[in-house]
Amino acid sequence: MSVATIAELFTSGSLEFGPAPESDAPARAWLAKHEGVFDHYIGGRFVEPSSGERFESVDPSTGASLGRVAQGNAADIDAAVRAAREVYPAWAALTPHARARHLYALARTVQKHSRFLAVLETLDNGKTIRETRDIDVPLVARHFYHHAGWAQLRDAEFPGYTPVGVVGQIIPWNFPLLMMAWKIAPALAAGNTVVLKPAELTSLTALAFAELAHQAGLPAGVLNIVTGDGSTGKALVEHPGVDKIAFTGSTEVGREIRRSTAGSGKKLSLELGGKSPFIVFDDADLDSVVEGVVDAIWFNQGQVCCAGSRLLVHEGIAADLTARLRARMEKLRAGSPLDKSMDIGAIVAPQQLERIQRLVRQGVDDGAEMWQPSWACPTDGYFYPPTLFTGVSPSATIAQVEIFGPVLVSMTFRTPSEAVALANNTPYGLAASVWTENINLALDIAPRIKAGVVWVNSSNLFDASVGFGGYRESGFGREGGREGMYEYLHGPAIPRVESHGTRAGASGGELPVIDRTPKLFIGGKQVRPDAGGSRRIESPSGALLGEVAEGNRKDIRNAVEAAHAASGWPRTSGHARAQVLYYIAENLGARAGELAARIASMTGEDGAREVEASLSRLFTYAAWADKFDGAVHDPSIRGVALAMHEPMGVIGIAAPNDSPLLGFVSLVAPAIAMGNTVVAIPSERAALAATDLYSVLETSDVPAGVVNIVTGPKDVLAMVLAEHDDVSAVWYHGAAETCAAIERASASNMKRTFVESAPLDWFHPRAEGPLFLREATQVKNIWIPYGE
Amino acid sequence: MSRFTSASHAPDAGGAQDRALRLHEESARNPGMALSADVIPLIRVNRSAVERRAATIPTRRTVKKAHQAAWLLRAITCLDLTTLSGDDTPGTVERLCAKARRPLRDDLVEALGVRALDIKVGAVCVYHTFVPTAVRALEGSSIPVAAVSAGFPAGLSPLAQRLDEIRASVEAGAREIDIVITRAHVLLGRWDALYDEVRAFREACGDAHMKAILATGELATLSNVARASRVAMMAGADFIKTSTGKESANATLPVGLVMARMIRAYEAETGYAVGLKPAGGIRSAKSALEWLIMIKEELGDRWLSPSRFRFGASGLLTDIERQLEHHVTGRYSAANRHPMV
Repeated sequence: MSVATIAELFTSGSLEFGPAPESDAPARAWLAKHEGVFDHYIGGRFVEPSSGERFESVDPSTGASLGRVAQGNAADIDAAVRAAREVYPAWAALTPHARARHLYALARTVQKHSRFLAVLETLDNGKTIRETRDIDVPLVARHFYHHAGWAQLRDAEFPGYTPVGVVGQIIPWNFPLLMMAWKIAPALAAGNTVVLKPAELTSLTALAFAELAHQAGLPAGVLNIVTGDGSTGKALVEHPGVDKIAFTGSTEVGREIRRSTAGSGKKLSLELGGKSPFIVFDDADLDSVVEGVVDAIWFNQGQVCCAGSRLLVHEGIAADLTARLRARMEKLRAGSPLDKSMDIGAIVAPQQLERIQRLVRQGVDDGAEMWQPSWACPTDGYFYPPTLFTGVSPSATIAQVEIFGPVLVSMTFRTPSEAVALANNTPYGLAASVWTENINLALDIAPRIKAGVVWVNSSNLFDASVGFGGYRESGFGREGGREGMYEYLHGPAIPRVESHGTRAGASGGELPVIDRTPKLFIGGKQVRPDAGGSRRIESPSGALLGEVAEGNRKDIRNAVEAAHAASGWPRTSGHARAQVLYYIAENLGARAGELAARIASMTGEDGAREVEASLSRLFTYAAWADKFDGAVHDPSIRGVALAMHEPMGVIGIAAPNDSPLLGFVSLVAPAIAMGNTVVAIPSERAALAATDLYSVLETSDVPAGVVNIVTGPKDVLAMVLAEHDDVSAVWYHGAAETCAAIERASASNMKRTFVESAPLDWFHPRAEGPLFLREATQVKNIWIPYGE
Repeated sequence: MSRFTSASHAPDAGGAQDRALRLHEESARNPGMALSADVIPLIRVNRSAVERRAATIPTRRTVKKAHQAAWLLRAITCLDLTTLSGDDTPGTVERLCAKARRPLRDDLVEALGVRALDIKVGAVCVYHTFVPTAVRALEGSSIPVAAVSAGFPAGLSPLAQRLDEIRASVEAGAREIDIVITRAHVLLGRWDALYDEVRAFREACGDAHMKAILATGELATLSNVARASRVAMMAGADFIKTSTGKESANATLPVGLVMARMIRAYEAETGYAVGLKPAGGIRSAKSALEWLIMIKEELGDRWLSPSRFRFGASGLLTDIERQLEHHVTGRYSAANRHPMV
């Protein structure tokens, strides 16, 4: 550059930043070394796709090809799963310390090659080098370091837990390296082996990582990478040799995965879409809010599942904030993602760009006011400018659907409660931001928002020690922290028993029949069933013991509404919930003899023993009610993340047929102990054990609607619950086909399922405790940076 | 910052018209405005969020090659070349003034092709005692002399003496006065006392431009920095300045960011553009560029000039020279190759 230019630059109206390109030489050299042709990584070797097919990987900032990536098919997936299975026993048998060394080596490897990985990621994905260099790659290294720690501590911190086995993992294109790290670090730390499928748009860094991991001594077969498109992912999901699927991506694909794995016994974690609220109260530091918005929606071009894409702002300051946002948007820079002075890089692919354009057009057509800065984006490559919609109504398409682009929609509220209502007015529940200088307000709002992550006065903060994952249709499972480790471990198994169902004759038959027909128990009252029918309850020898009401789908509907109406229960203190559980035990104990006889008459088993065990179980969960603490995580900021155990909401429970009282209590007690309200379907053939509880519940200070009991055809009613979109979880014990059907049906609102087809030994000490409590809760991480 | 400093809370439509008119007077001095003491405590700054933003300012932007050279030259023109040592003598002040006149080695000026730009520093900043020395040494250069008056650095001498010192410095030829505020007024929330003090200083300054040193390292919180910035501007400060250089914490980007945002809000409300001067601890060309980037991003190009932005520094100049020599030769330079300050 000629020196004369300096004087011109100095005297020009504004001091310009000028170009500041990061060198892409190391990444180009790596591409050249592979001559632009890439294979799968299976069993420690790079192997050609069995089909011989490959597809282009493109630099979205220029449209130029970076190379040809292998298209995986079912045969490739099978080879990878077999490689993972083969090495699994050896890998799982390593000492925790040995696995920790491997994870530590991966962390070091990422750090040693950090710039190469950052540049390659930028080339492949189009995100800015600032982000890959300062955010993605450091978080990747941090994730491996953190999980080297979990590998080391696994047996000490998770005694009795075992790895799941071979894990299939499918990751998206928005954070290719980071999502890979989030998947494989906990999986390997727990002792699993992995088959990972990167997104077809962004496969290269996973392959580069595989190469580096190989050099770092990771044993062959522990990590396998099969590239390809959706069909490759489908083959992985459907492979019978896979013990768990972990998926990050769209809710639509998540639903398909939920359906196709239903009944397979595969463990599942899904991190799906979002439409996360960004709530600004009128006492917030507005200039900092503006930067928070930049971090929320103009990070990674808005292609972030937890992007704060719905700006909810107090009506009194909305005009002011809009003006400040527009001024800030003028200052954002979009262009070559390798330029170190860019805020906004390229959209990953033309299809994604078209989707953004289409939704923005629809927003304009729907009457919202659209604003974009005066500067123009580059026209070669796929770029889209930061966009702000104001005057958006909650019913507008752009307020509801995930745009996955740099598009922010803004709405106003008047009161904190209205802010919460708007925030929760979405099928999703991934993340939220709350901005206020008032800690009372912040900590009042955060628990009321249905989201797995809440950032107070901040946005898009991530750390390996803090679990990340969603509520509702944003999926289930957590990645990071202790809570994330549970996704890759099996808890100590509850022993199975033979079903008692067919056992014949017993003492109970000698008791006189009590001629009465219990109704349903809904909203704290005994109500007649909608259809006005009843069903017989017989002794094992076939004698009529009594009749119970025959519930139907309308009764379930009413019960779910009653369960929602008991909205005070989740906010009741643990101590108060414990008191109620103890009181239930007390009143149940007072009727022990009667209940024991009833159970014996229906099951032919030792009723007294079952009642005693049920009383003990109630005490167990009364004990836990104020002790299943969350955690305070220590992320890499000045601040804390509060990992709160929140109740799921309304849980549908179908109790096992055997142990009709103990099985019922073993499921309902942990659910209500954690603040859930339940709709319970008792044992079909021994329902009187549960209907006898009506009067116990009525006299035990259980608030109306906390426990609702609907007797009747268990599987039919359980399916109504599974298909109900206002039920957060379904627990079912019964037929394997129904287990599968429930898992399939749960996909409609991505409710959590906890199903078991094998009869369990409910008397066993392992049939109670944290395993059930974790099912009854979801972890919400509230990030609270502090400092005045 | 708080909503109380925002454009949307400007008084009325007539005020808006006045504001538009004033915006056209680029060099108009800030006359200040009446204090509304009750809203000052409501100004709140979120420290963690400010620090996050400040941390990414140097990572979101960089300037390279010829652009960097142009930016560094601009930094020189925004420099208040400063000596504020207890052992200053007329000799050291004269040496400083000579450097102010020729901040760059002649061969570098030539090689950079910027002879015509006549690059000079923004001002020379000295204690009151040395104002006559500096005025003499800078005669004919058009470089103003700035004096730290008003009981620098603690500002705890009797008010009458501080006012007398300001008037004496102006009398002696200082065209800029760097005053210090009474930190206790901020720490105890005595906003009217702070306002009255700065207002009195401003009157004593007369035509001399006044930079109000907030001594941010002693104000405890960023919210206090924002409040003090606001009151100083309302009292008529032409510049707000971070530090005396004598506090244990000097100019930091988060502090500068808070002050810049307050300046922006003040201009939006009143139409007057107040200047910013970070001082103390800025020793490298790299950190000077970070400040300029912050100013460009938060306040815009209009502030990248000595009339609105100054660095208070001395050793900084040598490092800028070294970087400019590197730009010319491609070799890393040594401090001893550049005439010392």
